[in-house]
Amino acid sequence: MEAGTVTMPTAEVGQEEQSELREITGPAALGGGRKRFLELLVLMSVTDFKKTYFGTMLGYLWSLLRPLMLFGVLLVVFTKILRVGSTIPNYSMFLLINIVLFGFFQEATMNATQSVVAREGIVRKTQFPRLVIPFSATATGLFNLLVNLIAVFGFMLASGLYPRLSWFMLIPVILALTALTAGMSMLLSALYVRRRDTLIIWSVLSMALFYGSAVLIPVEFAGETLQKIMFINPIVPILVQTRVWMIDPNAPTAVELAGGWAHLIPAAVVFIAVCVLGWWYFNREAPRVAEEL
Amino acid sequence: MPTDLTSAELPGAPERISGHDPQAGDPVAIEIRDVSKTFRIPTDRIDTFKERAVHPFRPNNYRTLKALESISLDIRKGEFFGIVGRNGSGKSTLLKILASIYRADSGTVRMAGRLAPFIELGVGFDPDLAARDNIILNGVMMGLSQAEAKDRVDAVLEFAELEEFADLKLKNYSSGMAVRLAFSVMLQSEADILLIDEVLAVGDASFQQKCADVFHDMRDSGRTVVLVTHDMGAVQTYCNRAMLIHDAEVHMIGDPEEVGREYLRLNFARDPSGEGGDALAVPGLHARVVDAWLEDEGGVRIDNLEGDQKIRIKTVIEARERLDNPVLGFHLYNADNLHIFGFNHKPFEDEDEDEDGDGDGDGDGEGSVAAGERMEVSFELDNHLTNGHYFLRCWVTRDRQAGDMALQAIDLLDFVVFNVTPAPGVMTVEPEVDTRIEG
Repeated sequence: MEAGTVTMPTAEVGQEEQSELREITGPAALGGGRKRFLELLVLMSVTDFKKTYFGTMLGYLWSLLRPLMLFGVLLVVFTKILRVGSTIPNYSMFLLINIVLFGFFQEATMNATQSVVAREGIVRKTQFPRLVIPFSATATGLFNLLVNLIAVFGFMLASGLYPRLSWFMLIPVILALTALTAGMSMLLSALYVRRRDTLIIWSVLSMALFYGSAVLIPVEFAGETLQKIMFINPIVPILVQTRVWMIDPNAPTAVELAGGWAHLIPAAVVFIAVCVLGWWYFNREAPRVAEEL
Repeated sequence: MPTDLTSAELPGAPERISGHDPQAGDPVAIEIRDVSKTFRIPTDRIDTFKERAVHPFRPNNYRTLKALESISLDIRKGEFFGIVGRNGSGKSTLLKILASIYRADSGTVRMAGRLAPFIELGVGFDPDLAARDNIILNGVMMGLSQAEAKDRVDAVLEFAELEEFADLKLKNYSSGMAVRLAFSVMLQSEADILLIDEVLAVGDASFQQKCADVFHDMRDSGRTVVLVTHDMGAVQTYCNRAMLIHDAEVHMIGDPEEVGREYLRLNFARDPSGEGGDALAVPGLHARVVDAWLEDEGGVRIDNLEGDQKIRIKTVIEARERLDNPVLGFHLYNADNLHIFGFNHKPFEDEDEDEDGDGDGDGDGEGSVAAGERMEVSFELDNHLTNGHYFLRCWVTRDRQAGDMALQAIDLLDFVVFNVTPAPGVMTVEPEVDTRIEG
């Protein structure tokens, strides 16, 4: 073995610093260098993703089937039984893209909640930036979303929607949703370490959020007062704009529905608050997570 | 450079052994200063929101457990440093602080060089992934880039002798194969500082030999290795220096031989008859030796053994608490602490061996000895020992099936074997050798 003859270039330790004593600060949410963080994040999420897709026979089909079946059921309910859907242009595509986008948020946050505890083995036995864990749950969900979106685009073209330049606005939509998911994931995964009923509570809350995000019916159907309340939820303007950009350019924009830019401030505050709170709490808990498990 | 701290100046190092220190002039690789760690163990833990909602004002109650008390230590570059201590003495906590898994309450740790952030074998191995993918994942966890990790897959597989199984999922590996893979991954990390917790007894004999070679290589190549173990043999074989942690404090730093002996003295000293031995008590102290002696063929007690006599040993062991399905292991060591032989005896395994006489030693292997009951165990074997001084120890294990490995070693007796025709090695043999000269 040529032990010690090869010096590994790392993000923080250069060769000339090898003999210099540096204080170690213990476990943390971050730390160990940006490069290592990214490498770990990519590898862990890709691995998880691969496992779901290549682990079972119909891997990809299964993960596509769930949103599609939900979509099918809801489509029948809202167009054939309740008949609300038939009055909305391109209702089926509106419903499909909403289900896929909200499904990403819901599944990723649910998976993230248990993620730190599920990876107890490595948390208690190795040093690595703890934040990788909830983020990789988000990233896995993101890969899933991208794969699902391929199917969504197929349906959209098949249903007669023409590609428009504004379809590119889906990128900021996904970025915003990813940020919100990551923030929520940080909060939930750290909470779950201390409070094991976090998952149950979140599954109920996220169900409520599903209805409170106007996934099924456009938010303008909710009525003046309820609509105002719903606009506190940052997912609402995100989905409203998705509809405008992706499905129906004539649909009311978030600014119009909220009644001016100023009325979007609460949603923005909630959005930022979730991200900041998630980061703050996770960062606070990270050094002690290994002991709490 | 920080001040050079030798073990003599260390707080909490009452007994410095004058062991030589080959690395005295080398730079410090790990500098530990006044590190303390206390765990808070919740007594009635509120771990759901529901309980918190039901009892909104109940405080969280904790009791504290001092795991490390003001530990100071320098480990020099290129040292192979052993940390020994009993379960719960704080040695693993110290390792976890060094590995940045726990955060110290106070004190500082400084390190020079890159640390392999693993303290155990096979951490992060995913059973659903092929060996190849696991090696890459592990490499990245150790701080390599993906490209670097991929580059070393072949070397790792080769060392583990698992080339043919590269694409086999880990869940289909035997435990021995998995351990070999894990060990190889760790060795290939090429970090400057390695922290190793109890890993030496892995694999078959040839793989162990390979590992031993690697350890020696590591020692010679200037890597710093910190080894936490119970295995005094490993400490004495590999380590330049060792530290004994006892009750969260540094009890002793010095020569591995001396530290090893002190460890055994602390743990396996013959139990002083009363309860006064609590300070040194092994957790689960559940049996004591009432008496142990050597006999000649006439049943007369003897101190030493003449060459032509059989070894006849009798011992009376008293259970201090109920022992379910106890296992008694008898082990003989010579003056060099070499393990000559050992065998296990299960008093309730076989009705023919129901020596304790309480009548419940039936043939199903189940049974127990109540607190205060005594077992008299006697055994006899042919003497193949060469001349010398021997030590007999007895390990008492309780309820092996249930996995309760609470062990206690008791020094039963020591004796001298004399008047044996001098022979090389540690035992005498009576071979039947036949030579035919042909031609």
